[in-house]
Amino acid sequence: MNTDLQTPPQSNSNAEPLRQSRFGNIGDGFFYWTTLLFAASVLVVTVLIGFQLTQASMPALKEFGWRFLTNSTWDPVRQVYGAWPYIFGTLASSFLALLMAVPVALGTAIFLVELCPYWLRGILSFMVELLAAVPSVVYGLWGIFVLIPILQPVQAKIASSGLSAIPFFSGAPTGYSMMAGALVLSIMILPIITAVSRDVLSNVPAAQREAAFGLGATHWEAVKGPILRSARSGIMGAIILGLARAMGETMAITMVIGNGKNASWSLLAPANSLASILANQFAEASGLQMPSLMYIALVLFGVAILVNAAARLLLWNMARGTNHA
Amino acid sequence: MPDKSTFSQPPLLEKTSLARRIQNNSMYALTILATLLAVIPLALVLYYVAVRGLGVLNLQFFTQVQAPPGEAGGGLKHSIMGTLLIVGMASALGVPCGVLGGIYLAEFGNNKFGWWVRFAADVLNGVPSIVVGIFVYALVILPLPNPHFSAWAGSLALCIMMIPTVMRTTEEIIRLVPVSLRDASLALGATRSFTMIRIVLSAARGGVITGVLLAIARIAGETAPLLFTALGNNFFSLDPNQPIASLPVTIFNFSMSPYDRWNALAWGGALVLVLMIMVLSVAARYFTRGKFTSSK
Repeated sequence: MNTDLQTPPQSNSNAEPLRQSRFGNIGDGFFYWTTLLFAASVLVVTVLIGFQLTQASMPALKEFGWRFLTNSTWDPVRQVYGAWPYIFGTLASSFLALLMAVPVALGTAIFLVELCPYWLRGILSFMVELLAAVPSVVYGLWGIFVLIPILQPVQAKIASSGLSAIPFFSGAPTGYSMMAGALVLSIMILPIITAVSRDVLSNVPAAQREAAFGLGATHWEAVKGPILRSARSGIMGAIILGLARAMGETMAITMVIGNGKNASWSLLAPANSLASILANQFAEASGLQMPSLMYIALVLFGVAILVNAAARLLLWNMARGTNHA
Repeated sequence: MPDKSTFSQPPLLEKTSLARRIQNNSMYALTILATLLAVIPLALVLYYVAVRGLGVLNLQFFTQVQAPPGEAGGGLKHSIMGTLLIVGMASALGVPCGVLGGIYLAEFGNNKFGWWVRFAADVLNGVPSIVVGIFVYALVILPLPNPHFSAWAGSLALCIMMIPTVMRTTEEIIRLVPVSLRDASLALGATRSFTMIRIVLSAARGGVITGVLLAIARIAGETAPLLFTALGNNFFSLDPNQPIASLPVTIFNFSMSPYDRWNALAWGGALVLVLMIMVLSVAARYFTRGKFTSSK
């Protein structure tokens, strides 16, 4: 790009021969500063979110410090707060959702890039993107009235069978559970992982594939070896973006995860995530509860920064790698 | 030097072994299975929304507000109008903000400041929507002498969610406009701002509209940022200073309620919301049909 475009325009009194509007350069300066102001707005808002949340959570930060993150008591009566059950719930539900979504998303992405006939590709891509556009609250509604009635008999069967001896399936089945939350989450993060992996896979240089075929590889061997290997960091980026989506998802998970109080290994037990505790309790928070919830929001904000930074780094490296190849 | 025999008798096309062919074909089958697994939930969600929602949609649904709990009848006029108002107000601020910021990033943003703006936009894009809602609550509602929820606050939250998307897509589209267009305009004596607004932006118009429509589709379905800002309202209101109903929040509240009629209204609301978003998404594709296809 022309480097001249990157410097702010300055009035140039030597430009006599060009008949310019007397206000032209003033207009340019005005234009430059206006766009700069609006661009700066996102920077300001991001910093302001960090500042505001830190300030609002200060009482809880002072009172509980880092122990807030590992303490598992959340007691509005005694005014003692610890976020561990919710951190655990967020980690567990996101991990389970990734476990279910990643293989399906990767398979779909490979199908879309490698096998799919051209006429079907557009339709399938559109459907996957539509899946991403459906609002979270609609998935929650579907979860409550369709998924949970399906899950309830399954869970009852598990609970009455020998499986209940395993900690993952212990306890009374309620329908509203970690299992329901993770299932809905996995459906919701599928599109983003699929879409990003698809883009990454289709950016793998054709030479890689042709070389593999030239050496006598089958189609799958070509995918498994050179193609997935050069797409590796991009796919990691896709998974991390999916993870970020899963950890921040609020409505759907609030509606089906059951608003549980304890960290439990059981898939059948109700649980809670950082985001769902905010949705459930923020409206009625009193005393130290409000700063504690602000603390949780701050944790979610910090995680969002870290995860996104990591994903961008991976995807940027990927883009640079393919450009230079 | 390699052994001469490898050259003299090359195994030209050795038949791929059965094991490898079986492996290859079973992996084909697995990817097809994965695709089916990905498409089935979408089909299920859309099927239930369509079937359960269609049964509720009638004139009453669009012209009345909700009935008291447990009573038959009632509609979601207040929520539909509320969503239109909040999203409209959010777009009125968010679109110019995002487009102008995108112009900055594309034209003047190849510097340290531009890098930070891009990073902030990406982070803001990834911040959970409930955190944005809580931020706006702490920023706008708490400092009020008499804290109350309002449509303004809800719009502000949605606006914050919208700006990064619009900004980044605008930037990408403007970068695709050929430099020769700019050069031609500048060479004819146009000022830089005139070139940007009348030539470059006009060439990128379709792509920018696509980005804006997709951003609107995204915020129209957001619930979490509205919970503690716009709150919700059982009655019809278009007063920006008052709490206001919106489709997503109403769906959320009604889906958790024990009343059949409210549950049914939630499905109807979900259908209307999904249709609105689908229309926006399809319109977004229409504006970039055939253009810029090389970039995803």
